[in-house]
Formats: sequence, structure tokens, C-alpha cells
Amino acid sequence: MSNHATQQITARRKFLTLMAQSVGFSALGGMVWSGYIAEAKAAPLILRPPGAVAEVDFLRLCIKCGQCVEACPYDTLNLAKPGDNKPLGTPFFNPREVPCYMCTDIPCVPVCPTGALDEHAVSRVVEGKKELDITKARMGLAVVDVESCIAFWGIQCDACYRACPIMDSAISLEYRRNERTGKHAYLVPIVNSTMCTGCGLCERACVTEKAAIHVLPLEVAKGAIGGHYIKGWDASDEKRLETQSSDVTTRTKRSEKSAQDYLNADEEVFK
Amino acid sequence: MKTWILTHRFTLARRVVQLSILGLYMAANAYGFMLLSGNLSSSLVMGTIPLADPFAVLQMFAAGVLVGMDVLLGALIILLFYMVVGGRAFCSWVCPMNLVTDAANWTRKFFLLDRAVERKIWLSRNVRYWVLGLSIILSLTMGVAAFEMLSPIGMLHRGLIFGMGMGGAALLCIFLFDLFAVKHGWCGHICPLGGFYSLVGRLSLVRVKHDHTVCTSCMKCKEVCPEKHVLGIVSKSSGAIVSGECTNCGRCVEVCESHALFFGVRNYINTNVGEKE
Repeated sequence: MSNHATQQITARRKFLTLMAQSVGFSALGGMVWSGYIAEAKAAPLILRPPGAVAEVDFLRLCIKCGQCVEACPYDTLNLAKPGDNKPLGTPFFNPREVPCYMCTDIPCVPVCPTGALDEHAVSRVVEGKKELDITKARMGLAVVDVESCIAFWGIQCDACYRACPIMDSAISLEYRRNERTGKHAYLVPIVNSTMCTGCGLCERACVTEKAAIHVLPLEVAKGAIGGHYIKGWDASDEKRLETQSSDVTTRTKRSEKSAQDYLNADEEVFK
Repeated sequence: MKTWILTHRFTLARRVVQLSILGLYMAANAYGFMLLSGNLSSSLVMGTIPLADPFAVLQMFAAGVLVGMDVLLGALIILLFYMVVGGRAFCSWVCPMNLVTDAANWTRKFFLLDRAVERKIWLSRNVRYWVLGLSIILSLTMGVAAFEMLSPIGMLHRGLIFGMGMGGAALLCIFLFDLFAVKHGWCGHICPLGGFYSLVGRLSLVRVKHDHTVCTSCMKCKEVCPEKHVLGIVSKSSGAIVSGECTNCGRCVEVCESHALFFGVRNYINTNVGEKE
């Protein structure tokens, strides 16, 4: 046994101890820090400027410079401040306060230096030339709470319908017979999720105390059909069949015995 | 008054630079005066020349994105600039956090806290390099620029330009930490951006230089220096202050009564040899 009291503390031992100490502190700090980041990232209820890439990539790409905020002529966009409970320094808007007015020249997107706001996502090709098209923006999706929408009570409102910059396309009015009075019509707003840009002008215009129509982020508001369902009556949807791979077969332990094998397994019994 | 201005000439110049940069950013956001728009993360000079924070770009790179040419070019411009003027010149001449921590230090001095506090909390000045490494590793694992998610520099800077929110609380914490806990605690020990620029400025051209033949060893320079360990050569040998941790703030130069410290250009060939260059 070596005598600990007389053992030399060498420079190497000192160095290794210092490194171990620092790694220990770093591990603790890193755990707290990454915990904070994970919390800060998990804020799905946030509306991004037009042309924003998917949220995961957006958080990677956004350098928090605020150029989009400065470019916005309506002061729609804000940079998330401490206390907003949103990823710090990233741009967002609150449509009930200031919606996106869907400028046709989209000043907020081309100024983005990192591509977090992607110009391609909000442009289309017209006669071989790329042209900005704000109606291609998908900032979110307007959702109607029919219980608190007065149009569904039978009161004529259409505030959201008229506020919509792409009226009759993103929001249309559906006429229904009001059975209660027997002589009036419901004029209810219906949102088309393939056209709605999520600008929030409808939410801003809504007359109820808290907006009955509100914009939700796409990943929250939208469902996904999956590959199994195809509209047989729609020629363009039928085309998906061509790219679809063969039938999906689920394999489990039971799959080894085919149904037939199973039924005939006891064949000898009946002989 | 005249002597006060003389002994604070670089401090005054630094305040002017710090506040004008902030003022230009604020003017761009509030009035559309686009001489310097954006913020310290990424900005445009006169709407054309891009500038970007190289440390933020490095973290983004670690997080797994290749940023656009504009940002890369901007980061490169900033990187080259600070490689010439001294990396941590950013800390003392540009960073708005410097106003907060200098205020804490002034208050600390005013209340004689350095002498009043018996048991001092010791913190290694190398912590910043560990935090720097950690921010790169966490950017890699979390897929997002880690330090930018909680940077008090960003909070303060964006806060002044775009609105503060609850950021004041974080800044107050750092003020109190610097005031009562550790002298120069944030800027001199923890801040990974300072660590990053320390590495960038290791070989910078513009340096504080010392002539030990005229030095009276009054040690006033060490009293005012926020990174006093960089002044190791004072009264011992002549040459440049070579440590990248020197912020080129010029405090030592302005308090030196015998002109033994001065700004100069580094002589790369004989940095530590000979009495005078």
C-alpha cells in the first residue's frame, strides 16, 4: 500500500483533477442549460412570418436579427422578449392585436439573411419569371369555434368573411336554412384549409369578446390523411396511386401462421 | 475637469461608440434610418454590406445549418475586423452589456466593496472557455444555437431596439452578480462571447504596448484593468500586451501618468524580445 500522505501531487495529477472538475461543472451546467433550451423550444403555439420554414428548421436558421420586424410596415411582427414564453428573439405575430396585412411585395421575406424566411415558399413562376405571391404563404390556419360564432346562432355577421383578403376563397359563406325561425337563413363562415394563409385578418375582425375565429399554427390545426385514402372520383388524387408503393402488410408474430394453416392445423382430428 | 477628460478619454470614446451603434440600430427600427439596420446578430450597413456575429454563425453551423452567403460574408467581415483591432475590442467598444457591468463595477468601487467584503468568491477566468465549448456542444445536440437562446447580451441589445419585456430581470441579476458576488464576474469570467473573441484576438495587430523603462510601478493600470492578469509585463519588460483577453479598452493607457502604456501596432517578429522595438 502506498502512503497517501507522502505521495507527490504531480503536475499531471493536478491537470487531470482540474479537467475532471471542469467537466463535472460543465455536465451540471449543460444539463440545466439543455433543459432550459428544450423547454424554450417546445412552444408550438406561435405564428411565424410568411414564408417561414418548418418550426424545427426555423429555430435553427433564425439569427434573431429582427430585419423582418423592421421591414414590416404595419408593425405586425415582434421579436419574442423574455416573458413572452416563446423562443427568445424569434419573430412572431399576434393576429388579434396586429394581423398580417399580406403585402403583395412581402417586404419581410427577402430581407431575411439566413433563409429562415424562404422566398421560394411565397413565390410562383409566371411566364418563366419568379414572382412573389403572398397567397402562397401558410402562416397558420383559421379555425372557427362554432359555439361562440354568432353566425351559427343565426345572427348575420360575416365580419371575418369580409375581412378576408382572399374572400370567397379562404373563407366562404355557406347558406343554411334556419329551422328555428323557419324563414331565415344561416350565413356561416367556412374556412378552406387549402387556401387560408393564416394572416389573421379574420381573427382581428371578429366581433365576439374573444375571437370565435382564430389562427392556429398549421401543425396544431391540421390533420393528415395518410396514404391509404385516395379520392377515387378525383383524377389528380388518383395519380397518387402511381407513386404509392404496393399494399402495406403488417407483420407480427402471428403472421407466420397463415389463416389457412391455422384452420387446417388440426386436420388429423377430423380424419 | 480637463484632467478628468484626459484620464477618461478612451472611456468617453468607448461610450460614444457604444451609444452611437445602439442609436443607429434604434433609429433604423424606429424611424427607418437605414445606415445600420438589424442588430448585433446580423445587420446591414446602408442596406448593402452584411455584418454578422461569427459566434452565432458558428453555433448555427453546429446546430446543423449552412447559412446563406450574406451571413457568411458578414461573419467573415466581423471576424477579420476583430482579428485586426483586437478580438475583445468588441467587448469594450461595442457590446451593450459593457455598460451594465461597468456600472456594476463603478458602484462596487463607490461603496468600497472590494475592501469591505472579507471572503471573496473565486471563479476561474477560464470558465468562459468551458461555457464556449458547452454552447457549441449543446448547439450540436439540441439543434439550435444554444447561447443565443439565453444570451443576456441579446436580451439587452434586442430589448433596447425592439422592446425589453422581462429582460430587465436577467440584466439586474447580472448587475447584482457583478456588484456583490464576483468582480467583473460576467464579462471577465463567464461570457462565452468574450471567450470567443479572446481566441479571435490572440494575434491581433492593434495592442496596448508597454515601455518598462519609463514605468514608475505605480500600478494604477492594474487597479483599473478589468482583466488585470494580462498586464503581467508591466514594470518588468517592454513589449505588447499579447493576451487575447485584453479588451483594448484603453483604461490603463489613460490612467498611466508616465506614458509607459500606449496603443500601438504589434511587432510580430520580436514580440517579447529586447528592451524596445
